Amino acid sequence: MADPEIKSYEPHHESQSAAVTESRPVRWVVMGTAFVFLAVFLLLPLIVVFHEALAKGIGAYTEALSGPDTRSAIRLTLLVAAISVPLNVIFGISAAWAIAKFEFKGKAFLTTLIDLPFSVSPVISGLVYVLLFGAQGLLGEWLRAHGIVILFAVPGIVLATIFVTFPFVARELIPLMQEQGNGDEEAALSLGATGWQAFWYVTLPNVKWGLLYGVLLCNARAMGEFGAVSVVSGHIRGLTNTMPLHVEILYNEYNAVGAFAVASLLAGLALVTLVLKTLLEMRYGAEIAATRGH
Amino acid sequence: MEVRVANVRKEFERFPALHDVSLDIRSGELIALLGPSGSGKTTLLRLIAGLERPTRGAIFFGDEDASQKSIQERNVGFVFQHYALFRHMTVADNIGFGLKVRHGATRPSAQEIRRRASELLDLVQLSGLEKRYPAQLSGGQRQRVALARAMAIEPRVLLLDEPFGALDAQVRRELRRWLREIHDRTGHTTVFVTHDQEEALELADRVVVMSQGRIEQVGTADDIYDTPNSPFVYSFIGESSSLPVKVENGEVWIADRPIGLQAPHAPPGEAVLYFRPHDVELLDGCSGCIAGTVAASRRVAGTRRVELEIGGERQRVEIELPVDHPAAQKSRVAFRPRRWKLFPVS
Repeated sequence: MADPEIKSYEPHHESQSAAVTESRPVRWVVMGTAFVFLAVFLLLPLIVVFHEALAKGIGAYTEALSGPDTRSAIRLTLLVAAISVPLNVIFGISAAWAIAKFEFKGKAFLTTLIDLPFSVSPVISGLVYVLLFGAQGLLGEWLRAHGIVILFAVPGIVLATIFVTFPFVARELIPLMQEQGNGDEEAALSLGATGWQAFWYVTLPNVKWGLLYGVLLCNARAMGEFGAVSVVSGHIRGLTNTMPLHVEILYNEYNAVGAFAVASLLAGLALVTLVLKTLLEMRYGAEIAATRGH
Repeated sequence: MEVRVANVRKEFERFPALHDVSLDIRSGELIALLGPSGSGKTTLLRLIAGLERPTRGAIFFGDEDASQKSIQERNVGFVFQHYALFRHMTVADNIGFGLKVRHGATRPSAQEIRRRASELLDLVQLSGLEKRYPAQLSGGQRQRVALARAMAIEPRVLLLDEPFGALDAQVRRELRRWLREIHDRTGHTTVFVTHDQEEALELADRVVVMSQGRIEQVGTADDIYDTPNSPFVYSFIGESSSLPVKVENGEVWIADRPIGLQAPHAPPGEAVLYFRPHDVELLDGCSGCIAGTVAASRRVAGTRRVELEIGGERQRVEIELPVDHPAAQKSRVAFRPRRWKLFPVS
């Protein structure tokens, strides 16, 4: 309930006061620089991707996408996302719940730990799995004795993907849940709801848009991850190649149309993600936490 | 439902928030927990609700020990300062929530829940707003919905945490009267927390004055206002003035003269005299009175506050006079408190 008197002291966002407004040429130069920069480094490459993909006509494009290896790469990417995103949703909700609603020792440590994948190079996270599960690795012997294959197979790719994507959902939910506090849950419990009912009917609906936002970013990263997956996949065509890996292989074989055709799918995914993200921010900006833009 | 708080102590991280507090709440009573922030009033309310567990002591609902029970089992209606309405549910769904989450045979049918919700909306005078969302309501309306939601589960005790704290003065006064009416009609045993003494004294059957984790005094508005039992209650409730005095031969003295107040039971020695600034009688001559020079005089609403300097030590004390009283024009005023109390020097 903002007092109108107080409100009028807030800076005006629409029309800046004269004192902080630069002269017209300066404004043009500043805005021009930003736009040229974006055009050269973002827009141009995007256009090139689609241009190269369609360089030999739409027929070559669809043919490139319908090859068995390409189809298998697409299937694998979808499978990996379908496993790792739900797991990260479960992990993200529990981590955010624990951090936002309880006081416990090691909370700051847990918060820092969640950010780890952002600060570690994906290649290293891949290598960690090689060191753990590889033939000469810590658990290598035991795994081989029990006939479990992780490295250079789908489980390894899923693990590496989960590692690099697990901050997305948690990071989105923690500030949101912290801001909302425990009041609604306490109200639900006092009305006789069990812990599970309070979570299902009250907590989850309160964070649903933030959650969706996190899932969107998590999914985009899960499908696009290259470094970590590259280390653990073994690049076996038709078996352990995801879309980003497949793009590299095709490109190295001078199959430009094939490489850019698959790349155009990933670029398309990025564009769809961007549009959905913007829509979510526009409609539910207040309900999505302030920490944006990973 | 009678509620008995027996020797309850509550510590947060070894810091005591309540020291051995005991309190008997009568069935059907409307009782206020009043105190400054940090006095432990909200902690006491949350302990009764089961939102916190006592470090020591027990809380009884009737004869049964409620402190061993979870908040769900206690069946209390809790109203939060910031309403805590479920923002994605309509008003009707909010009110029906407590019934909807019941299990098995105790859960009423959807139709029965709807009927009950609209009945309660009638009670809180918000009929017709069933389909609205909390964001579409004013602060006062939200608090009414919160109360209806708490009453929907037919609670054994109704607990309200600063229920009007987030509302503006006008709405506050209105809701205060309305809450009293609802209480008289439904007869729930009700405990509410407030830091607003006017609210507590006007609304409650009895007031519990708290300070620093302890109960200072429990009583009706008249008890609390007219016979405060500690310097804290004297200064926290209403206006008060105090003067350092001496007790000798069963009489109260300021410096070297008696002021005409008999205190046969007070222990001799230093003490502090407390009285209400408006509860004084003005005297003409001065044989046995408090006399002082007028140091300042201010007009406050319907009265005039006069600040006097007393005796050689120039102790300042405030009294209240009617606006048109001739004494206000004089440079010296003599008075004697009508109702007063002595407390040992702290």
